[in-house]
Amino acid sequence: MAANQEEVKLLGSVNSPFVCRVQIALKLKGIEYKFVEENLAIKSDELLKYNPVYKKVPVLVHNDKPISESLVILEYIDETWKQNPILPSDPYQRTLARFWSKFIDDKIVAASVKVIHTVNDVKERAKNVEESIEALRILENELKDKFFGGEEIGFVDIAAVFIAFWIPLIQDITGLQFFTAEKFPKLHKWSQEFLNHPIVKENIPPRDTLFAYFKAHYDSLIASK
Amino acid sequence: MADEVILLDFWPSPFGMRIRIALAEKGIKYEYKEEDLRNKSPLLLQMNPVHKKIPVLIHNGKPIAESLIAVQYIDEVWNDKSPLLPSDPYQRSQARFWADYVDKKIYEVGRNLWTKKGDEQEAAKKEFIEAIKLLEQELGDKTYFGGDKLGFVDVALIPFYTWFKGYETFGNINVEKESPKFIAWAKRCIQIESVSKSLPDQDKVYDFIVEIRKKIGVE
Repeated sequence: MAANQEEVKLLGSVNSPFVCRVQIALKLKGIEYKFVEENLAIKSDELLKYNPVYKKVPVLVHNDKPISESLVILEYIDETWKQNPILPSDPYQRTLARFWSKFIDDKIVAASVKVIHTVNDVKERAKNVEESIEALRILENELKDKFFGGEEIGFVDIAAVFIAFWIPLIQDITGLQFFTAEKFPKLHKWSQEFLNHPIVKENIPPRDTLFAYFKAHYDSLIASK
Repeated sequence: MADEVILLDFWPSPFGMRIRIALAEKGIKYEYKEEDLRNKSPLLLQMNPVHKKIPVLIHNGKPIAESLIAVQYIDEVWNDKSPLLPSDPYQRSQARFWADYVDKKIYEVGRNLWTKKGDEQEAAKKEFIEAIKLLEQELGDKTYFGGDKLGFVDVALIPFYTWFKGYETFGNINVEKESPKFIAWAKRCIQIESVSKSLPDQDKVYDFIVEIRKKIGVE
């Protein structure tokens, strides 16, 4: 057994887009790992031990050494297991991949998640919808090939799983249509290609369960008004 | 063909300082361009159309925005001397994690120390000290976060030290009292030539903060 592959564990939650990123990367590279479903309401000793700083998932544990923060984990996976690279080899292309993944996190994920949480504040909600649309527009203009990674999926595509799978869910739950095929034809086409990719298809959570989970959360936010 | 390296920057920016230190560590000759943030140059708007912010590193006409991304780029391209990231993937992941932690915690919370009042400021004080203590713990007995020499996390973090006079005065905190090892680390860093020549004086940054506070009406 290769030294690289002794023990790989992923502490995660099936509902998390960040955990999903890591699963896609691991599966893309053919890495065997153990998935530990964490109860985020009652955090396990193991989670607290392996991610004392943020106490969040995902945490990748490789030979008992933990790594947290999904984009940091993706880089670690790419550097440790060289098959099917997810980052380009050219330094400038790598900076672009890192830039756009950070953009997705800082601008798109942040604003979209706030769309759910601002259900009781009309003004704040509108602001976050606007910000999401603006950021999506910028990303739409950036997409030039089949995938952000070119002909094959790469770092940015994996980071963007949130857009392909979680944003449509947010729309269905809130009734707000801000990521439409009409406004974002390239991103929609990309979404379809991405979600149909053989590895991605098998590693996104079942939609019904995800929908039920987030809807329950959303309804409880409304009820708490 | 000689490399053309330009840095679009603003002198008190801790993010700009990170790139300055990295360039100095590698001995890279570059052109420093000071931006007026109230009147951004066409070059800045062209090179960073997405965020329209400094710093932007321009290497042979190609722009790199976001300071930690730029520092990694510098480390990867000029890989013949002074490595900033370790070679081991696990050590690299830890360096990235802690540099990201600095981004999430120090800048925003530090800013709250000199822009907020009352409960908000109290909360910022607590959060700031907690973050410093956690970093101090991560440093442990090492000379630098990078071990024997300056590394990625040191470069990410040391620029904020130039803002400490402002944080401490307006935030009413004493970092040395709370975290003496942290201050000892900072003082070691600024002994390094690439760091000292890249950072402005604490007093100069303090005066800048005083000016901003007046402008934004915090008094």
